[in-house]
Amino acid sequence: MTADIPTATTPRPAAAPAGKPDREAGKRPRRGRFGVHIFLGGVSLAFLAPLLLAVYASLRPYEETAEHGYFSFPRKLSFDYYRQAFSDSEMSKYFVNSLIIAVPGVLIVLFLASFAAFVLARLRIRGGFFLLILFTAGNLLPQQVIVTPLYVMFNRIELPYWMSESMTMYDSYWAVISVNVGFQLGFCVFVLANFMRALPTEILEAAVVDGAGVWTQYWRITLPLCRPALAALGTLQFTWMYNDFLWALVFISDGDKLPITSALNNLRGQFFTDYNLLAAGSVLVALPTIIVFLLLQRHFIAGLTLGSTKG
Amino acid sequence: MPLVNHARRTRRRGPRRFTARDLAVIGVLLGFAILLDLFIIWGPTVASITLSFSSWDGLSDLSWVGGDNYDTLAGGDYPPFWPAVRNNLLWIAFLGLVATPFGLLLAVVIDRGVRFSRFYQSTIYLPVVLSLAVVGFIAQLIFSRDQGALNAILGNENNPTDWLGDRDLNIWMVLLAAGWRHTGYVMILYLAGLKAVAPELKEAAAIDGANERQTFLRVVFPTMRPVNVVVLVITVIEALRAFDIVYAINKGRNGLELLSVLVTDNIIGEASRIGFGSAIAVVLLTVSLGFIVTYLVQEMRGEEHR
Repeated sequence: MTADIPTATTPRPAAAPAGKPDREAGKRPRRGRFGVHIFLGGVSLAFLAPLLLAVYASLRPYEETAEHGYFSFPRKLSFDYYRQAFSDSEMSKYFVNSLIIAVPGVLIVLFLASFAAFVLARLRIRGGFFLLILFTAGNLLPQQVIVTPLYVMFNRIELPYWMSESMTMYDSYWAVISVNVGFQLGFCVFVLANFMRALPTEILEAAVVDGAGVWTQYWRITLPLCRPALAALGTLQFTWMYNDFLWALVFISDGDKLPITSALNNLRGQFFTDYNLLAAGSVLVALPTIIVFLLLQRHFIAGLTLGSTKG
Repeated sequence: MPLVNHARRTRRRGPRRFTARDLAVIGVLLGFAILLDLFIIWGPTVASITLSFSSWDGLSDLSWVGGDNYDTLAGGDYPPFWPAVRNNLLWIAFLGLVATPFGLLLAVVIDRGVRFSRFYQSTIYLPVVLSLAVVGFIAQLIFSRDQGALNAILGNENNPTDWLGDRDLNIWMVLLAAGWRHTGYVMILYLAGLKAVAPELKEAAAIDGANERQTFLRVVFPTMRPVNVVVLVITVIEALRAFDIVYAINKGRNGLELLSVLVTDNIIGEASRIGFGSAIAVVLLTVSLGFIVTYLVQEMRGEEHR
C-alpha cells in the first residue's frame, strides 16, 4: 500500500503553507509549464469565444453582418440594438419581473431553509434525519415530474383579485415564487445543515444555560455564524432563480408577467429573426449573473462546493 | 439502579426540553418548510404517478386506463418517445464520458498551480452562470445555417451546413453547447475536492516511488470518492433535466426531442394529455430515483462517520 493512513490525520494547516513554496520552486521543467499555458489558454479562449462573439455581433447592424459575415472588420459599432431591446421590446419590464420573482424567492428560501437546518442540525429532534432525506431527495427530482400536478393544482387554487389578476394561483408570481422556493429548499437545507453541524456546540450550550429560547438560539446565535454560508447560497440561489426558464414558461400565460429568460423569445420575429438583436438580448440577460459572478466569485464557488464536499 | 441511570442519560442526550413558546416557533417555522416541501415536491410526485394511469385531459372526469399510457410509450405508438429516450441517454453518455473527464482534467492541471490560474479558472467556469436559455441562443449565433459563425469559419458559404436543422447533426451541436457549461461546473467541484486531499497522502505515495499518474489514479482519485459520487449524480440529473437549451433552439423538435420536452408538450400544448404526460414523467422519475438513492446511501454513510 502506498498511503499510510495515520499520516492523513496529521493537522493540515501546517502542511499547506509548506507545500506552496515547494510548488513554486518549480520542479517541473520549463517546457512543461509552457505547454500547460498553451493548453489552458486555448481552452479559456475557446470557452470565452462564444460570449465575445455575441457581444461583437450585438454591436453591429444586421445588414453589415448579413453582407460581410460575423468575422468581417466592423464599419459601424453602436449600442443601437441594446436601445432597441430596451425600448421596443421593453426588456426593462421583464427585468423587473425577474427581480419580483428572484428577490423574495431567495430571501424566503434562505429563511425557511436556515431555520429547518437549525432544527435538524442543532436541536437534534427525533426524525430529523428522515426529514433531511425528505428535503435533499426532493431537490434532485427532475422538474418535469412535478410540473403536471402543479399546473393542475395552481389552476384550481383561487386567489383574491388583489393577489392575482387571474384570480387563480396559475398565471401569478405566487406560483413561480413558491415553486422556486419549494424546489430549492432541499438544497439549501442540506448545505446549511452540513455547515451548522460544523459549528462549535459550546456557544449554543452557553446560550441555553442563559435561558435562550429556540428563536434566540436561531436568530441571535446560529444565524450570524452562518453568514459565509448564507452569502454563498444567496449568490447561487439568485443565479438559479434568475436563470429559471421552465417554471415561468409553464405557470405564467400572460406575456407581460414573464421573467427575462423566458421573455427572450419575444425578441424573435415571426418570420424573420434578427440575430444581432437576439445577441444583444442574450448579453443583457446574461449581464446580471455575470456581474454577480465576477463580484462575488468566491461566494459563488463556495456555494457550489459547500453542497458537495461539505465545506 | 443502573437502568434508571441509563434512561436519564439517554434522555439528556436526546431531545432537549422545550418551552411551549419554543414548540410553537418550531412547529410554525419547521412545519411551514415541511408543508411546502410536501405541497410542492412530494405531493405532486405521488400525483404524477397516480395520474399516469389515467387518460385525464385536465377537464373531464378522471378515467383510469391502467397501463395503457405505458403500453403506448413502449409500443412506439407515440413516435417521439424512443428518439427522446435515445437523446437523453446520449446526453448522459456525452456529459459523463466527455465533458466530465475534461472538467476533471482541467481541475488537475489547474490544481498543480500555474501562473494566471485564477484567470483560467474564471473564464472556464463563466458559462456556469449563464442560463441555458442564453446558451441556446448563443448556440444559434454560432451554428445557424445562413449567418452562423461556424459556417463562416469553415468558409463553406456556397454550400452551408445546417448544423441545427439537420436532424442527424443537431443533437451533437447541442451537446457541445451543454458540455460547455457542464465542464466548468465539474471543474469547480473537482478543484474543491483536490484541495481537500491531504498533501501528506501524495507525499507518502511519492516516497513509495509512485509516479504522478499512479499517485493520481491510485491515491488521489479514490480519496475523492464523495466528490465523484456528487459529480456522477449531478451529471445524470442534469442530463435528465435538460430542457431549456433545446426548447430555446427549436422547442425540442426535429431531432432534438427530450423526455422533458415531451412532458411539457403534453401538458401545455393544445392536446393537454395530462395522464399521458405524467406517464413520461414517471419514466424520468424512475431513472432518476436510482441515482438519488445511490447518492443518499453515500450521504448516510458519511453521517455514520460523523
